[in-house]
Amino acid sequence: MNILKPVTGAAVACLMSGAAFAQDYTIGFSQVGSEGDWRPAFSKNMRDEAGSYGVDLKFANAQGKQEEQLRAVRAFIAQGVDAIIIAPVVVTGWEDVLEEAADAEIPVFLVDRDVDVDDKSLYVSRISADFNLEGKLAGSWLATESLGNCQIVEMQGTTGSAPALERKGGFEAVIDQFPAMEIVATQSGDFTTEGGKKVMEAFIKSTDNLDGICAAFAHNDNMQLGAIQAMKEAGLKPGEDLLMVSVDYVPAIVDAMEAGEANASVELRSAVAEFIYPVVTDYIDNPTELDKWIVIPSDLHTAD
Amino acid sequence: MKLIEQPFVRRILNGRAIWPLLALAVILIADGFISPGFYEIRIVEGRLFGNLIDILYRAVPTALIALGMAVVIGTRGIDLSVGSIAAIAGAMIAWRIQAGDPHGVVLLYALGAGILCGMWNGMLVAFLGIQPIIATLILMVSGRGIGMLINLIYGGTDPSFQSDFLQWLSTGSILFIPTRLYVFAVIFLLLWLVIRRTALGLFVEATGGNAAASNLAGVNAKLIIFAAYLICGLTAGWAGVILTADTHTSDPVSVALYIELDAILAVVIGGGSLAGGRIYLGMTVIGALVIQALTTSILISGLPPEYNLIIKALVVLFVLVLQSDNARRGIVSKFRRSP
Repeated sequence: MNILKPVTGAAVACLMSGAAFAQDYTIGFSQVGSEGDWRPAFSKNMRDEAGSYGVDLKFANAQGKQEEQLRAVRAFIAQGVDAIIIAPVVVTGWEDVLEEAADAEIPVFLVDRDVDVDDKSLYVSRISADFNLEGKLAGSWLATESLGNCQIVEMQGTTGSAPALERKGGFEAVIDQFPAMEIVATQSGDFTTEGGKKVMEAFIKSTDNLDGICAAFAHNDNMQLGAIQAMKEAGLKPGEDLLMVSVDYVPAIVDAMEAGEANASVELRSAVAEFIYPVVTDYIDNPTELDKWIVIPSDLHTAD
Repeated sequence: MKLIEQPFVRRILNGRAIWPLLALAVILIADGFISPGFYEIRIVEGRLFGNLIDILYRAVPTALIALGMAVVIGTRGIDLSVGSIAAIAGAMIAWRIQAGDPHGVVLLYALGAGILCGMWNGMLVAFLGIQPIIATLILMVSGRGIGMLINLIYGGTDPSFQSDFLQWLSTGSILFIPTRLYVFAVIFLLLWLVIRRTALGLFVEATGGNAAASNLAGVNAKLIIFAAYLICGLTAGWAGVILTADTHTSDPVSVALYIELDAILAVVIGGGSLAGGRIYLGMTVIGALVIQALTTSILISGLPPEYNLIIKALVVLFVLVLQSDNARRGIVSKFRRSP
């Protein structure tokens, strides 16, 4: 695993040589859909930034359906694009279409989710954030802030979903290093404000008004915002009585951090084009073996 | 054998009403063992505060929807779109507050949206004769999209809002008791009066029992069915108001998700039959309390969330088996054999 180094030089060179004239690269991008806040922002960023990397982007929205995605990828192959970027809807069922792309000698990159194929040479690389790393960052911040001594309540994302499993895994990997750090209660808040509020209400009662609890870790900001409401309604002070750390860095958590009700949030970047296009265009110019997973770095933001 | 001569135990076991109440009692007693301070009730921030209050408080949206659902199920119908209607009502709130309407008017917009949705369902079922499960499926799948489109009217990137009035309705309190419990009590009372103190309830049950026969007897079955869906749309709108004002955020994608299933369960636990012809409003509320007590117990139990739905399913299965005529007859016959 390798943290991507900024490739600004290449990007600037690209910008100067190509932007003024016809685009240098034709790239097809098959996006999952437009659910939530993050994905539309991600799509917009990919479209907006394409020009500055000399990319003519063919964008296809699959509306959450894999068959749409397969159709879009086959259309890209027929058009003879220089490279294909896929944000897969699901992890399975990709062998055939990836083989067709390989036969047409079109390199395929994955963004966001992974695919499950036996032959890893069917795609060049996966360029995405690492949910596990997000959990680790949150855990590390909490370990530092609490000096390794902290009873934690956790609000998990949707049970069994990849972000929930991996954020929990990364977080636990860090706090397991500290004998005095422990998750004393954990429940699923389904990634929603309502869910986080209900779960925190129950935690408040089951832990006697959060007695002895030092922190709340939520797998996303929405649940944390619900938890903040629940604490305030119970006369508690989020951010003071409890350290509040979550993932996403949405505008509402920024407001909460300014109000002193949240302490830290790990940013899930939607502006990731700057990490994706240089890798893809460099590969088109000069195909070399890349790591199978290029991790987009995550930033942790704190209130102060 | 006359009822009065039956042994006490058998009389109770024959009554349907005892099972949901028993289930509720068992869940609450079990909670006392799971969490020592479970029954504790204090006053925090000017309102009663404790697990038992939480169960009543959190049961309100499901119970509201279950009341409407009970009426619809009484006509031998079903309304799968209630969660989507709640989402639309919630989006209406965020939009109209953004537009600067007085917040009392905003409430009317949200409830009006619920009524319109109910009328739409009622029209499809009553006047176009589409099967209820399909007719309401249409709004179920499209309603959340409509909610998202309403959010988009004003940009919708940050659909949270502030409203003292609506937040008071949902999370405030009067004399230490949460406002939403009063809201629920008033709606329940009005609905009970309409169903039990006018002929409407009788007509609904007659229509559900046998629509053709009741039509011949002079009941306008179509109008009755239409009214049932309208009532259900209104209670779903109220649930949307309570839920949306609770988090003061319009979240059409996930608000009241799968609440239709909990509402149907509440009706059935309360003794309602999907075959129609019966409405038990009071027992439906008990059904909703059983479901919420279960949810709250799972939350405080400390069990991994993977078990939540399995435990819920097992308890619901248990209650329904106890309610089944055949199973009950089995139990009653055990008592008969004993001296």
